[in-house]
Amino acid sequence: MNKTKYKLLGTPYFIWSAIFIVVPLGMVFYYGLTDRSGTFTLENLISVTTPEHSKALGLALLLSFAATLICLLLAYPLSMILNGMKVNQHSFIVLIFILPMWMNFLLRTMAWQTLLEKTGVINSILSFLGLPPLAIINTPYAIILGMVYNFLPFMVLPIYNSLSKIDPNVIHAARDLGAGGLQVFFKITLPLTVPGIISGITMVFIPALTTFVISNLLGGSKVLLIGNVVEQEFTQASNWHLGSGLSIVLMLFILVNMVITAVFDREGEGSVL
Amino acid sequence: MNRILIDLQHITKSFDGQMVLDDLNLYIRENEFLTLLGPSGCGKTTTLRILGGFETPDQGKVIFDDRDITNLPPNKRQLNTVFQKYALFTHMTIAENIAFGLKIRNKSKAYIEDKIKYALKLVNLEGFEKRSPDSLSGGQQQRIAIARAIVNEPKVLLLDEPLGALDLKLRQDMQYELIRLKNELGITFIYVTHDQEEALTMSDTIVVMNQGYIQQIGSPEKIYNEPENAFVADFIGDSNIIGATMIQDKLVEILGIRFPCVDTGFGTDRPVDAVIRPEDVILSSPDKGRMEGVVTHLIFKGVHYEMEVTANGYEWLVHSTGMFPVGTRVGLDVDPFNIQIMNKPASEDEEAVKTDE
Repeated sequence: MNKTKYKLLGTPYFIWSAIFIVVPLGMVFYYGLTDRSGTFTLENLISVTTPEHSKALGLALLLSFAATLICLLLAYPLSMILNGMKVNQHSFIVLIFILPMWMNFLLRTMAWQTLLEKTGVINSILSFLGLPPLAIINTPYAIILGMVYNFLPFMVLPIYNSLSKIDPNVIHAARDLGAGGLQVFFKITLPLTVPGIISGITMVFIPALTTFVISNLLGGSKVLLIGNVVEQEFTQASNWHLGSGLSIVLMLFILVNMVITAVFDREGEGSVL
Repeated sequence: MNRILIDLQHITKSFDGQMVLDDLNLYIRENEFLTLLGPSGCGKTTTLRILGGFETPDQGKVIFDDRDITNLPPNKRQLNTVFQKYALFTHMTIAENIAFGLKIRNKSKAYIEDKIKYALKLVNLEGFEKRSPDSLSGGQQQRIAIARAIVNEPKVLLLDEPLGALDLKLRQDMQYELIRLKNELGITFIYVTHDQEEALTMSDTIVVMNQGYIQQIGSPEKIYNEPENAFVADFIGDSNIIGATMIQDKLVEILGIRFPCVDTGFGTDRPVDAVIRPEDVILSSPDKGRMEGVVTHLIFKGVHYEMEVTANGYEWLVHSTGMFPVGTRVGLDVDPFNIQIMNKPASEDEEAVKTDE
């Protein structure tokens, strides 16, 4: 009796998700699986194998993989340091860490553009110090930098979350049974934080794989990722069918990633953001 | 008497300026079941953590087997700990949990498998090798935690309130299990608890602690029957602690009535505390007792009745198998050897605690 009443409270959300999630998804599938005359075709999906598209997809996979790896290597030690701090200390650090996220994503990325430019802030300082200029703007390196900068918090939070859930006595028990520092890390801490690591990887890898803003701003028009190709098909070539087809291919990669996540993340660490 | 295995010398420890242990001295003999007993915050767990190596004392030494181990890390100590909430490794099977310490010591596969079998048999959980810790009940998890510790053949097993999270019936069963284990293994057990009944049941020696000080060390019988101060008397079981005057050796005046007793050496006409256990108060008809009173409360407790009797201005707690309805006039008496005389508290930490325990 009361249950049905509570279910009614979900109505606005269901309407929202129908209009803004289900319908657009249906449209993507409709456009992706038809040609301009409206007949069914798989050509839009297959076109990912053309040299131009597969190169963009390959580069996107490579860059997002690199960015994810760097994020993981930076985030894990950082999370461990945070976890070792006392409550009043770490909440301050977490605040400093999250503060930039309150600023617009576009603005933050444009700021990096200004910093990295040939005559930008960093190079001005370098030349003032008599050092050789940093020429990474409009290269894949700048894109990786942008990805790491923007998505690092999404790696830190789930890992920190799973670290903080470990009972200190479990670590003590391992020490008590004779394990040294490294053994405790590899046999206890790391395995127990796998769910957090997997969540972090998903939350960095997916937005990195599909981004076109970071590659636009920091890669100029010289580096083309799959996200840029999709964007161009919609905004410049006005070929919604091809753009949707490539989006579906991207979705497959995301789906694979999410299945892996679901297998490892049974406790739902990633959902706690 | 067995030889001394562990010697804590002048241990002092404080956290954030708060003194937790103040010049603690304690030795533990080989093969002894020693219990650190006291209310929360008395320093018993800190003492255990110093023994395990998880805390370093600010001052003092920990001597183990004639070696100074004060600064030795936990993984280099020949002791193993059983933690309060089991602290099992949830990402491993039961067998992997038990094998953890042995694998680190690079024992052979055959040896490890033998040990797992032996340990599971010892804790009555044969056939649990492949199970995950999450699928076990609290009591079973605690047995696995014990098995995981004892396969390493430690000289000493430290137990930090291991039965605290279990229900009453299971707790009583586990108490017998622990006594059996200790006798079979022939190793030293150091047990931390706030439960006086647990301490009385299992221990060879009880160390009663309060506010960072040791209040009394002794056998369960001695601690119960001859508490040295009001704190111990009050913490171990129920008791009537009454201000009294020691008239002379073997004669004490309680609430204006003179009682013969067995204590000597307190001087003459000195204020003392007299401790009388509720089960030692003898109720009879009004004309027969040394004191006369009125029953004011009556509760049936199963084994006995619990009564409150007001006599000479004091509310006596009485346990008796005989029942006296509320309002009955009764006579009170106490046998001389059931009156325990104590000096008045010298400091605050020796005073009786007013808790609901």
